[in-house]
Amino acid sequence: MYQFLKTLDRRWIFLLILLAVAIPIYWGWQFPERPSPMVRSVFEAIENLPDGSHVWMAYDYDPGAQGELHPMAFAFTRQCALKHHKMYFMTLWPQGPPMIQENIDLLKREFPDLTYGEDYVNLGYRPGYEGPIKLAVTDLRSTIAADVDGTSLDDMPMTADVKNIQEMDLIINTSAGYPGTKEWVLYASTPYNIPTVAGCTGVQSPYLYPYVPRQLNGLLGAIKGAAEYEFLLLEAYPELRENPNAREALRRMGPQLLAHLVIIALIIVGNIVYFVGRSRGDM
Amino acid sequence: MEREKLFWTALMLLGGLFLAGRAAMVGNGRVYVQAETIAETDAGPVVHHRGVPPSQRSEANVSLSWPRTIGLWVAAFCTLGIMSFVLGDNPFYKLMESIFVGVSAAYLMVAGFWDELVQNLFKSIVPGLMRNSFLPGLEEGLQPDLTYLAPLLMSIMMLWRLAPKGAWIARWPLAFFIGATAGFRLVSYLESDFVQQINNTILPLIVYTADESFDVWGSLRNSLVVVGVLLGLVYFFFSVPHRGVVGGLARGGVWLLMITFGASFGYTVMGRIALLADRLQFLFDDWLWLIDPTMQRMGM
Repeated sequence: MYQFLKTLDRRWIFLLILLAVAIPIYWGWQFPERPSPMVRSVFEAIENLPDGSHVWMAYDYDPGAQGELHPMAFAFTRQCALKHHKMYFMTLWPQGPPMIQENIDLLKREFPDLTYGEDYVNLGYRPGYEGPIKLAVTDLRSTIAADVDGTSLDDMPMTADVKNIQEMDLIINTSAGYPGTKEWVLYASTPYNIPTVAGCTGVQSPYLYPYVPRQLNGLLGAIKGAAEYEFLLLEAYPELRENPNAREALRRMGPQLLAHLVIIALIIVGNIVYFVGRSRGDM
Repeated sequence: MEREKLFWTALMLLGGLFLAGRAAMVGNGRVYVQAETIAETDAGPVVHHRGVPPSQRSEANVSLSWPRTIGLWVAAFCTLGIMSFVLGDNPFYKLMESIFVGVSAAYLMVAGFWDELVQNLFKSIVPGLMRNSFLPGLEEGLQPDLTYLAPLLMSIMMLWRLAPKGAWIARWPLAFFIGATAGFRLVSYLESDFVQQINNTILPLIVYTADESFDVWGSLRNSLVVVGVLLGLVYFFFSVPHRGVVGGLARGGVWLLMITFGASFGYTVMGRIALLADRLQFLFDDWLWLIDPTMQRMGM
């Protein structure tokens, strides 16, 4: 057994992980979530705003991170739509526009009573990394003069009177890296005291938690945070329970559970093999 | 080695047969669109093709979209090609990697041209020309902003490094960009990161709840934050040898760092599994039609 494990081809481990992820997806395994206080604070930051508040939706991610961030971005969009908040979509990532477009498509499909230009607007991609944040936070039109279709901000009811991001009631950021949550905290939320919540990839989470609660009202860490957030959303809005698309992150937690169990087992087995090898003088 | 080649060849053949059989019998991997007229113009109606679930394929104005169907199959093979790297470097992976790099570079160039050069630079220097060509939605009567000639000049200087002579000219704009970026970030980092993070660490060690009872967990959490920061700082304080009490505290700092790295690694694993789950769901749902979590093919 020891020799077998010591010389095990790593491709068997890849196969094991593949099965651990594929089986729950195939059978549609889902598990109940218990929302953490951190996730509740994100939910409440959006929920406690008066209906029709102005929310800046900074979706800074690309297709490479959509597996982690799409479900939470969709959930943010759904909650804002249910609260009739005015949504201003923008991205600092060049591959971000298709991600925003999918959220716009969601609004058209699930909330047909909302009107483009009155309830939500797509301001598209702004180049210059953190530069557009620094500009838009004091003078929106110095960096964004028109929406993604070239319609002037002055010609749309929801943008005509907006001078800068300081007029927003909340910033929601979904971040896959640089530029992302850190830049929104550094250049918008901290210097101008704009309430901000964020959702980020797992890799970034440990480095962004220190900003909570004084510089960030709350943070959703990776797909686990998204699943807890979806759970809260389904609890608060029972009409969403009929919508299978509103359970995207919850569905992804089945593969997470099984894959994590496999990885924990592999770590234990790997350590046993190591110690047995050391006791035999093989190491 | 020969046995391994035989195994993979047989696996590929079986996979191909399965795909061909399933495509013929179930018709998986097909994308349907519905034609919608979004505007009437003198030249005729402007039609938008909206993607619809396969369950609506028999409805009016719904048809099979060959470009989207081909795109879906290409995406599926690209996913498999990239995933094949776990079996070792191979030509299929190399091909997909090259496609990915090429497409990304081209996408960034196009986005840079339209969103940076046209939207920012040319619009400011020659607004009339842009309105008559690339940006018809631009408001009328905009005056040229000649301050934008400075970045144009610096951009030309930057490109000078490609010329056979005078590559040193590129150093001037580069020096400007580095200096400006450093100055730009310094203030924000000092204000929002450095000072605010110190502020975030100044916490009450004894916490009371709203009804003035002692909050054990709150006190423990705040104490842990304060002690953790102090231990971390001691570890990075090298002016005193890490011996005796200082050495003990520094060791505590190392433990905390290890826990942070462990948490970071755990989160990274979770992130990677989420990405794999997303790709497998795409393959099983959109491509192979093995599962239907969003009920797109109900009744089919």
